[in-house]
Amino acid sequence: MTGTRRRLSPGWLALIVTVLAYAALQTLMSTKVINPYWQQVAGLAGIMAVSALGLNLVYGYTGQFSLGHAAFYGIGAYASALVTRSLGPSIWTLLLGIAAGAVIAGLVAFLIGLPILRLRSDYLAIATLGFGIIMKVLFDNSDAVIPMMGGSAGMTGIARLTNFAWVFVFALGATVVLRNLVFSSVGRALVSVREDELAAEAVGINTTKYKTLGFTLGCMYAGVAGALYAHLYAYLNPFNFDFLKSIDVLLVVVLGGLGSISGTLVAAVAWTFLLEGLRVALPASIQDWRMVIYPLVMVVFMIFRPGGLFSGTEFGFLKPRSARRRT
Amino acid sequence: MSLLDIRGLTMKFGGLVAVKDFTVSIDAHELVGLIGPNGAGKTTVFNLVTGMHAPVAGTIEFQGRRIQGMRPWRVYALGIARTFQNIRLFGMLSVLDNVRVADHHRGEAGLVHSILRSPKFRHEEKRTTDRALELLSILGLDQRRDELARNLPYGEQRRLEIARALVSDPKLLLLDEPAAGMNPSEVGQLMELILSIKERFNLTVFLIEHQMKVVMGVCERVVVMEFGEIICTGKPEQVQCDPKVVEAYLGVQAEESQQ
Amino acid sequence: MSYFLQQLINGLQLGFVYALIALGYTMVYGIVKLINFAHGDVFMVGAYLGFFAMANWALPFPVAILVAMVGCAVLGMVIERLAYKPLRNAPRISALITAMGVSLFIENFTNLNFVFGPAPRAFPRPFAVRTFNLGGVSITNITVIVFGVSILLMVALTWFVNSTKTGRAMRAVSMDKDTSRLMGIDVDRIITITFGIGSALAGAGGVLFGFAYPQIQPLMGIMPGLKAFVAAVLGGIGIIPGAMLGAVIMGVVETFTSAYVSSTLRDAVAFGVLIIVLLVRPTGILGRPGREKV
Repeated sequence: MTGTRRRLSPGWLALIVTVLAYAALQTLMSTKVINPYWQQVAGLAGIMAVSALGLNLVYGYTGQFSLGHAAFYGIGAYASALVTRSLGPSIWTLLLGIAAGAVIAGLVAFLIGLPILRLRSDYLAIATLGFGIIMKVLFDNSDAVIPMMGGSAGMTGIARLTNFAWVFVFALGATVVLRNLVFSSVGRALVSVREDELAAEAVGINTTKYKTLGFTLGCMYAGVAGALYAHLYAYLNPFNFDFLKSIDVLLVVVLGGLGSISGTLVAAVAWTFLLEGLRVALPASIQDWRMVIYPLVMVVFMIFRPGGLFSGTEFGFLKPRSARRRT
Repeated sequence: MSLLDIRGLTMKFGGLVAVKDFTVSIDAHELVGLIGPNGAGKTTVFNLVTGMHAPVAGTIEFQGRRIQGMRPWRVYALGIARTFQNIRLFGMLSVLDNVRVADHHRGEAGLVHSILRSPKFRHEEKRTTDRALELLSILGLDQRRDELARNLPYGEQRRLEIARALVSDPKLLLLDEPAAGMNPSEVGQLMELILSIKERFNLTVFLIEHQMKVVMGVCERVVVMEFGEIICTGKPEQVQCDPKVVEAYLGVQAEESQQ
Repeated sequence: MSYFLQQLINGLQLGFVYALIALGYTMVYGIVKLINFAHGDVFMVGAYLGFFAMANWALPFPVAILVAMVGCAVLGMVIERLAYKPLRNAPRISALITAMGVSLFIENFTNLNFVFGPAPRAFPRPFAVRTFNLGGVSITNITVIVFGVSILLMVALTWFVNSTKTGRAMRAVSMDKDTSRLMGIDVDRIITITFGIGSALAGAGGVLFGFAYPQIQPLMGIMPGLKAFVAAVLGGIGIIPGAMLGAVIMGVVETFTSAYVSSTLRDAVAFGVLIIVLLVRPTGILGRPGREKV
């Protein structure tokens, strides 16, 4: 290396571009060029990205088919909202709330994962789907135990503590952490479980441990996303954590491409803006068609590009130096 | 003292007795062949030794330690590596990563070090990469390091599986039909390879094979199975002439017509 | 005791309707390994077809069931041809996402005002509800009809699958598609027929559901659909008697939870039972434990 000028690596370049992009977005937002409605949409896109990165870790990398992701998203949302409502709104209680959301979602995932991760593919999907429905019922009846949670009427009185900036920082952090995890020995162990569980055991991978690890971490991502959502929307309703919400996240992961961070990020943003964009683009008379058009987009996309946008590939800057191909 | 000591090993699937009272002892640095007709229970023996199944009865001792019923990854960590009859690679991982993942159990930098990219993590990553590259070059796969495993031709996939099995410096290597599907010149190369890695890594090898050329060419001792039981053990040339072995392979009538 | 028996009858009635839906799930899964999420919506369309047949066209009840069955069979086969067939060799997850897309499409499309519209409709009853009293347990003529029609259809299906040439081909395809093709079976045709039969049963289920719980709306298929699928898994997916058994268990568990615990918890208990059964018997009650060959 001595004597030659070091070129800027794609990672650093990406960081600079990210910071500039963020500065530009923030300027447009503070000058109200991007109005509060679209700011909220941008926030939701970021939250979707965090949640979907988590599901990609669970399903895309570790190969554990979960249809209950929204349950962990809900657990994170309610847990963090309880923290900030009980301790009073401040940056510190928010951070504590986000941590609580992640930890409790992770803990529940760990406990439920220990027994059910023995199940394979579709059976696991059904068990997680069942878990999601059970959690929804529990959220619906939560007011019987904790009145503050509001049951099926929804939880109110949550301070609006997060905004686009918070979401952006967390989404960035989530991306970097996932990238570092995936391109490491632990990441290879996770992928080996997805590829062939039996062969993984035969080369020294404790598959139970790594399945549980991948599932728990992925659900912690959902917990963080839920916590951000609770304090962006300031209102929680069990309806937002039902089965269809799990499908939404799965859809983003599959459209983006399983096992691709780049794909998940692009799909999370594109999907959120497509849904909201249709809301704005369609005239009021055919607003209802929005809900008809988006499943059609889904089906057509799957028929013509079943592997997703990025099937197993990444943008260069999302690969650490050691993982880049030599030419 | 023997490296692997199997006594009275018995395995049943439902009502079917797959392996019955199997007793074999293998010394360090031996190269033993396990042969027998299809369905004789050879692969089941391998599965029992590597922990894929727990036996109904019997004991397996490796370096004086009982390993029967242990989880496969623990058995592997003790120094028993294997390949599979129907190649089981991690198809969507690169050739290099297929080998590196098999070295994972020796790593100490866990989750936190990986996420923070700590010096410890970098050091380990370099060590495991260097080791994997060394094996790839020994097996002639270094040009393929970035290829996805599933895109390799058949013969190279077989070699990659051997590289993967060797990365953790095992003491005992179990090869399940390594020559299956190979043409005669490839079989010749494979035999040389088995002998050379055995010397180079100071290995003990236990191998299942159907191709007599391989069995006769490399094995120091051969165990013959039929219907889950050992019918004969000995040097390759002795076993070849044993009437019970001939009967097992060719049937009774063939034996009669020989007489 | 009579309360218990009464609830048991109610549970069985719900279970039989679930069974008609679950059969389609299990047959389709057995043959193409696809969780056909749109199946619950086919059930809903069946209920609407029955509604139109009776309310708008004034057809008698048995004819209404036939209309729903034929209509749903056509719908099921069209869905298979348009959405699933192009994905036969794609990753399974793509087909699953497509199934969800089809499901959402049917729900949201029928929800449009000019189609069925979001407002619930009252399902017509062509004759007065009569109640028979059997030793403290009251059974309505509706219950009798639900039991009768479901049992008739299940017997017919069992006969069809076990005793006809097409039924034998269906079983062969579910075991091994490639070998079946080599044996001269037109696999694509069998798959389409399977979708048709499964959808017809769901259509009949839709009419019976509307008949027994007389209110229908476009999203009515989601929960019964999920529960019927769960029932199929519970009994052992791909196994026809398993789907019937699982569905009856689901119906009874759900009804008993409503009756003895709390109706708001019934979904949680039903899915809780599923998770526990899967943990004890990972391939369902009648499922054969699969062992991976090394």
